[in-house]
Amino acid sequence: MIGEAAVRAGCRFYAGYPITPQNELTEYAASAMAKLEDGTFIQAESEIAAINMVIGASMAGARAMTSSSSPGISLKQEGISYLAAQELPAVIVNTMRGGPGLGNIAPAQGDYFQATRGGGHGDYRTIVLAPASGQESADLTRKAFDYADKYLTPVMILGDGMMGQMMEPVEFPEPVDLSKLPPKPWVLDGAVGRPSRLIRSLLLDTSVEEDHNWKLARKYETIAREIVGGETYMTEDARLVIIAYGTAARIAKGAVKRVREIGLKVGLFRPYTLFPYPNRMIVEMSRFVKDFLVFEMSTGQMVEDVKLALEGRSNVHFYGRPGGIVSTPDEISKEINSLYHRRHLEEE
Amino acid sequence: MAKKTKKGRITIDRELCKGCYLCAWVCPNHLIEVSDKLNQKGYYPAEFKETDEKEENHKCTGCAICATICPDIAIEVYRG
Amino acid sequence: MEKKVFQRPKYLKDAVFHYCPGCGHSIIHRLLAEVLEELDIGDKAIGVPPAGCAVLAYNYFDVDMGEAAHGRGAAVATGIKRILPDRIVFTYQGDGDIAAIGTAETIHAANRGENVTVIFVNNGTYGMTGGQMAPTTLPGQNSTTTPGGRDPDRDGPPIDLSQMLAITKGSTYIERTAVNSYKNIKRTKKALTKAFKTQMAGLGFSLVEILSPCPTNWKMSSVDAAKWVDETMTKIFPLKVIKDETGKRIDN
Repeated sequence: MIGEAAVRAGCRFYAGYPITPQNELTEYAASAMAKLEDGTFIQAESEIAAINMVIGASMAGARAMTSSSSPGISLKQEGISYLAAQELPAVIVNTMRGGPGLGNIAPAQGDYFQATRGGGHGDYRTIVLAPASGQESADLTRKAFDYADKYLTPVMILGDGMMGQMMEPVEFPEPVDLSKLPPKPWVLDGAVGRPSRLIRSLLLDTSVEEDHNWKLARKYETIAREIVGGETYMTEDARLVIIAYGTAARIAKGAVKRVREIGLKVGLFRPYTLFPYPNRMIVEMSRFVKDFLVFEMSTGQMVEDVKLALEGRSNVHFYGRPGGIVSTPDEISKEINSLYHRRHLEEE
Repeated sequence: MAKKTKKGRITIDRELCKGCYLCAWVCPNHLIEVSDKLNQKGYYPAEFKETDEKEENHKCTGCAICATICPDIAIEVYRG
Repeated sequence: MEKKVFQRPKYLKDAVFHYCPGCGHSIIHRLLAEVLEELDIGDKAIGVPPAGCAVLAYNYFDVDMGEAAHGRGAAVATGIKRILPDRIVFTYQGDGDIAAIGTAETIHAANRGENVTVIFVNNGTYGMTGGQMAPTTLPGQNSTTTPGGRDPDRDGPPIDLSQMLAITKGSTYIERTAVNSYKNIKRTKKALTKAFKTQMAGLGFSLVEILSPCPTNWKMSSVDAAKWVDETMTKIFPLKVIKDETGKRIDN
C-alpha cells in the first residue's frame, strides 16, 4: 500500500535493507522502481548506507524514501538528523516491532519517543504521521512526500507489523505529474549558468548554529499550525475519551463500540499526526471530558504528550501492552468498564 | 656555446604564505629565502631573491616547480 | 611579452586555505580544481566533502557541494549519481573517513561499480581531531592514542583499502600517488585526470589514493614531512597503479 502510494506520489528513489516485519515494502519498491524508466532501487549494504543514499538522491532533487523496522530505524537516525539539519526532504517508514534491542517481530509502539523527539542527535523534530488503515496509509504517504518537499524536512510514517501485514481494499490517488511539482531552487545538479550551491550542516560559528536552530524551531511551529490532525469518534457526549493511534486506535475503536452497546458514554480520539501533536484538540475536549484513557502498545510514551497537552486540566489514565502483545477489543472494553465505574462516570 | 636559458620571475604573496618553505626546498637555483619580517599571520614568509650577481644559468627560469608545490597558491609565475 | 604561467584555477574560490603550513590537502584541492577546469566538467560537477580536516572543502571549491556524514561519502555520491547519471560526482575523503568508519559504504559502492570518482587522502592520522591513530597509521608511528607508536600486534597493521577495493569487480581504475614532490604532484594530476575520464566514459568506480603530508600531527617540518613520505610511507603504501581496466576505452 505504502509502496504503490509512494510511486504515485512521485517517489523515484528507494534504498533499503532487509528487516522483518516490513520486507514486503522493500520488495514492492524493487519491482515498482524497475518498471519505471526513471526509478532507482538499491538494496543497500546497511541501514546507514540506505539513508545516506536517500540523502544523495534528495540533494539531487528526487522524491526519495527508505523504510525499516525499529532496530534499523535506530541505525538510520544519523542520516535523519542530517536530513533535518540540511533541510532536505525524504520519507522514512518505520514499521515498529517489539523492543528494545533485537526484541521480536510482533507489532508494537515502543518507538514513539524516538520518532516524535527527533530520534537522532541535535535540536530537531521530524514530522510523524500515524495511519490506522490501509486507505489512510496510502493517503498519508502522498501527504508525507508533499510535506517533506513543502517544509524541507524528513517525514516519518509510523506504523507497526499489524499495519504492515494488513490486506484491505484501497483506492489510490492518481499519480502526480512530476513536471508540475514546485521547482527546487536548492538542488545540486551542477552549477551551469548559476553560482555554485552548497548543502551542509557544519556550522562552526555558534551564533550561526543558533540562528539555524531557531529557524528550524520556527519551521516546526508553522508545521504545527498547518498540518496537525486527529480523528474523533463518538466524543460528543463522552465522559471518557480513549486516546490511541495506529493499530491501538483500531482496537480501541472496537472496544468503544462494545461499551457503547452497554450504555457507557465513551469516545475515541485518534491523532494521526504525532509530531506535531494535536494538543489543542485534546484541550478542547477537556472542557467537557474530565477523564482520558491513553492506550498504547508500549509501557507509556504518548501518554506524556497527552499530559503535556492537558497541563492538569483532566485526569489522564493509562493502559499499555508492550512487547508485541496485541490486545483484543474485549480486553480494552473490560479496562474501560472498570475505569468508568471506578471514576463513577455513570453518575450525573 | 652558451645555451639560451629561459627568463622567468615569480611573485610570492607575503600574506598567503604560511612559511612551510617547500618552495625554497625545491627551487633548482636556490632563489627563495626566508624573509626576516613577520607577516600578519605571524609567519616569516618565503621571499624571492634574485640578485644581479647570480650567474646567468642560476637565474629564475619560470619553471613553476615552486608554485606547483606551494600548498597555499601564494606564488605566481611569469615567463618570457 | 611576459606571460603569467601559473595562477589560481577557476574552480577554486578566492579564499585563504585554513590548512596548516605544508599540508597536502590544499595542493590536492588545487590539482582537483585544475583537472575540473582542463576537462571542462566543473559546471556539471557535484562534490561530496567529508568529515575531517577537509570538512571545509566547500569553502574552496566553486562547484556544487553536498556534505556527507563521516564515512558516508560513497553512499551519498551513489544517491546523487543514480539520480543524475550525466553529472560528474566525486567524493573527497580522508583515511579515517574512508578506511575506518566508511569502509562498508566505500567497498560496496566500488563493488556495485558506482560510476563516481573518489579522492582518498591518506596522511596516516586523524588530523582534525588532533592526531589519533588512523587506519593507515604506520607500524611504530606515534599518535596521540598509540603512545610509543602503533603496535601491529595490539592495534593491527595499517589497512590497505585501495588493494581491497581493487579486488571488487566493480572498480575500474585505482592508483596511489603522493603530493610530496614536484614529480609526484604531476603524477597525481595525471591520475586525477584519468579517474575523471574513467567516470566520463561511464566505466565505473575510480579512486585516487594520495599520500599527503601532515607536518603538524607528524610533528615534523614541512620539508621533513615531504621527505618522510618518500622514505617511510611509500614503503608500506607504494606509489603505483593498483588497478586499471580502462584499457583503450579512454585516451590518456
